[in-house]
Amino acid sequence: MSVLAQSFAMVFDPQVLMVMVLSGAFGLFVGAIPGLTATMATALLVPITFFMEPIAAIASIVTASAMAIFSGDIPGALLRIPGTPASAAYVDDAYRMTRDGRGNEALGALLVFSVIGGVFGTIVLILASPILAEIALKFSSFEYFWLVLLGLSAAIFVSPGSVPRGLVALVIGLVAACVGMDNPTAEPRFTFGNVDLLGGISFIPAMIGLFALAEVLRYLVRGHKTGAPLRPSTKGLLKSQLPVIRRYPKQMLRGNVTGTLIGALPGAGADIAAWISYAMSKRFSREPEKFGKGHVEGLVEAGASNNAAVSGAWIPALVFGIPGDSITAIVIGVLYIKGMNPGPTIFINQAELINALFIVFLLANLLMIPLGWLAIRAATTILAVPQKILMPIITLFCMVGAFAITNSVFGIILMLCFGIIGFLMEENDIPIAPAILGLVLGPLLEQHFITSMIKADGHLMAFFDRPIAAGLGIFTILVWCAPLIRRAILRRKEAVT
Amino acid sequence: MDRRTVLPLLAATLTLGHWAAPALAEYPERPIEMIVPWGAGGGTDAVGRIFGQILQEELGKPVNVVNRTGGSGVVGHSAIAKAKPDGYTIGVMTIEIDMMHWQGLTDLTYKDFDILALVNADPGGIMVSADAPWKDAAALRDTIKADPAGTVKASGTGQGGIWHLNLLGWLMSEGIPVEAVPFVPSQGAAAGLTDMVAGGVQMVPSSLAEGRSLIDATRVRALASMSDERQAMFPDVPTLKEATGSDWKLSVWRAIAAPKDMPPEAREKLTAAIEKAYNSESYQNFMKERGFGLRWAASEEATALVAADDASLGEVMKKAGLAK
Repeated sequence: MSVLAQSFAMVFDPQVLMVMVLSGAFGLFVGAIPGLTATMATALLVPITFFMEPIAAIASIVTASAMAIFSGDIPGALLRIPGTPASAAYVDDAYRMTRDGRGNEALGALLVFSVIGGVFGTIVLILASPILAEIALKFSSFEYFWLVLLGLSAAIFVSPGSVPRGLVALVIGLVAACVGMDNPTAEPRFTFGNVDLLGGISFIPAMIGLFALAEVLRYLVRGHKTGAPLRPSTKGLLKSQLPVIRRYPKQMLRGNVTGTLIGALPGAGADIAAWISYAMSKRFSREPEKFGKGHVEGLVEAGASNNAAVSGAWIPALVFGIPGDSITAIVIGVLYIKGMNPGPTIFINQAELINALFIVFLLANLLMIPLGWLAIRAATTILAVPQKILMPIITLFCMVGAFAITNSVFGIILMLCFGIIGFLMEENDIPIAPAILGLVLGPLLEQHFITSMIKADGHLMAFFDRPIAAGLGIFTILVWCAPLIRRAILRRKEAVT
Repeated sequence: MDRRTVLPLLAATLTLGHWAAPALAEYPERPIEMIVPWGAGGGTDAVGRIFGQILQEELGKPVNVVNRTGGSGVVGHSAIAKAKPDGYTIGVMTIEIDMMHWQGLTDLTYKDFDILALVNADPGGIMVSADAPWKDAAALRDTIKADPAGTVKASGTGQGGIWHLNLLGWLMSEGIPVEAVPFVPSQGAAAGLTDMVAGGVQMVPSSLAEGRSLIDATRVRALASMSDERQAMFPDVPTLKEATGSDWKLSVWRAIAAPKDMPPEAREKLTAAIEKAYNSESYQNFMKERGFGLRWAASEEATALVAADDASLGEVMKKAGLAK
C-alpha cells in the first residue's frame, strides 16, 4: 500500500502534472498537422526529457504520443488527410460523416473510443504484461507471415465495391511497395538510378496524395456538386457518444482486445490492428453495406483498436526491452537513461516507478477528453472557411505534410503523383483503402516470406510446423474459404429440402 | 563624379560589402542543420539528437536535426556530401559509408566528406539464445565447422548489412567457408534478437549493447566481443581473441561529418564545439546510460579509422561476392 501511495505522490506532483498538460498540448498540435507523426513528436521530446526527473520524462512522452495518435484522426475526419496508416482504415467513414453534417458525431466517436481503447490497453498492461510478453516472444517470421496475410485479406472485406475492384487496388499498392532497396535481398528495384527512389515509396506522402489531393482534384473537376463538408458543432460532442457505446458494446470490446493483443506483438502494431479490426467490424456487422459511406460502427471498433495497440506496444518494451513500435523504440532509450532498465525484474525492483508509470498512462488517457475536446473545437474552425479558399489550403497542407516526411521535394512529387493516381482510381470506382493496405503490408509480407524460406531451406510446410503458425495458417485459410463453405452448406440444405 | 566612375565605385563597394560580410559576422549567425541518415527513434537518431542539443548550447544557435532516410543510408549521406560547405549543414556519418560504394549503390565514399570527429563506437559481438547448447564462442565455431551447412543460421540486419559482414569476416578469419552459416535478413538487431529467442535463428552477430535488455533478462547469452579489450558494460564477456584466437575486429561508429571545403574559421569553431560537446557531462552520461560505447577520435585519426574500415570491409565484401 505504501508503495502505491508513494507512486501517487510521484505523479501528483505539480511539476509532473504541468509537464503532462504541456506535452499533451504539444502532442495534439504535432499530431494534428498532416505529415508530423506521433513518432516525430516523441523524438522531438527526447532531448528535453534529458533534463527532467524520471517520472516527468516518461509522463511527457506517454502523454504526447497518446494525444498525437488521437489528433492524427482530426485532419482525417475534417479534410480527408489521414495522419497515420492506422487512421487510414476509417478515414472515408469519418470524412463522409463530416460531409453529411455529422462531423461532431465522428470526431466524438474517435475521441471517446480512443480514450476507451487506451484505458483498456493500459489495464491489460498492468495486469498481464509478463504473460503476454512471453507469448509475444514466441512469434517469429512464420507467425508474422500469416498475420500479415490475414491483414492483407482484410483488403477484400474493407473494399466497399466489388471484390475484383478491391483486388485491382490492392495490386496497385503492392506494385508501388516493390520500389526501392529496403527489401530482403537489398537489391535496388525500379529505381532507375534515382537516389531518392532507393528509399522506396514513403507511404505517408502516398497516402496524403491518394486521399486528400484526390479529393481536391475532384472538387476542381466536379466543382460544387461534390458538396462541401459542413462545420461540425461541438455541442453534445461527448454526450452523443453514450448511445453509441450502448449500441455497439461488442464492437468496442472486440476492438479493445484485438488492438491490445496485436499491439503487444513487436512485429505488428497499430496499423495492422486498425485494419484487421475494421475488417472484422464489417464482416460481423448487421449492416456491412453502410461501411465506407459514413457509418460509425467501424470507427468504434478500429478507433478503439489502434489506441489499445499503442498501449499494448509497451508490454514487450517493458518486459524484454523489445520495441513494439517506433514510439516504444525511443521510449526504451529514455527508460535506460532514467535508470529504469526494462526487464522482467522491473515490476519487482522498481515497483513504485512502474506503478507511477501506470498511473501516468491512465491519467494521460483521461486528460485526452478535455484537451481533445479543445483541439476539436479549434480545428473545426477551418471548415468555416469558404470552399474556394479551403481547397488551396488543403493543397498546401498536403505539400507541407509530404515534405515533412522525407525532408525533401521528393516527398511533394510523390504526393502529387499519387494524388493523380487516387483521382483516376476513384473516377473508375476503384477503392483507395486496399491500395494503402498493399503499400503498408506488402514489404512486410515479402520480408517474412523470404526470411521464413531461408530459415526452412525452402520447405513450404515449415509454415505449419510451429504450433502458433499452424493455428494462424489454418485460420487464415478458413477465412478465405468461408464463403465457399457457406455456399456448399446452403446448397446441401436446399438439396435436402 | 560622372557615371563612369560612379558605377565601378558602386560595384566595388557592393562587392566589398559582399565579401566582407561573412568575415565581420561571427560564425554561426543562423541555425545549423544536422542531417541524420537514419529514421527518428533509432540509435543514430538518438546520438544525433543529444549531440545536436549539446552542440546548440556550445554554439549559441539552434541545431536542427533532420532525418533523411532510405536506401540503406545513401539518401542521407548524399545530402550531407552535396550540401553547401558553409558550416551550416553537418551530419552524422555511419559505417555504411564504407559499404555502399562497394555495393554499387553510389559513387560516394568517405573521401567526399570532411570528417570532423568520431564520437562513438560499438564493437560487434556474438550472441546466442540462452537455451542454446553453446557456452562459448569456440564451441559455436566447432559446431559450424563440423555440422552440415545451415545448422547454424544468423540474423540481425539486412542482407549485406554491417552485422552480416561481421559474421562473414569472423568466418573468414577462422577459415570457415561463408556458406556454412546462411544469413537471414531482418529489420535491425532487435528484430533479429527477437527471432533468435523465438527459435527462428541460432546466432546474432550484432553489438552486445543492442542485446542488453535480453542479456539482463537471461534470455540471450553473449559469447564474444569483437574488440581489443573487454567492454566495460560486459566485463564477463571475453574478446573474440580470448574466446577463439581469431584476429577479426569490427566496431560500428558514428562520426560528425560535413561537406568538403568548409571555410577554415567555421571549421575551427565547429570542431572545438564538437570536442567540448563530446567531453560534456551530459553526453558522457547519456552514452553510458544508453549503453553506447564512448570513443573519441579527432578529424585526422577519425579519417584514418574510416579509411581502414573501408579497406577491410571492401575485402570481405569482395570475397563474399557482395561487392559489385
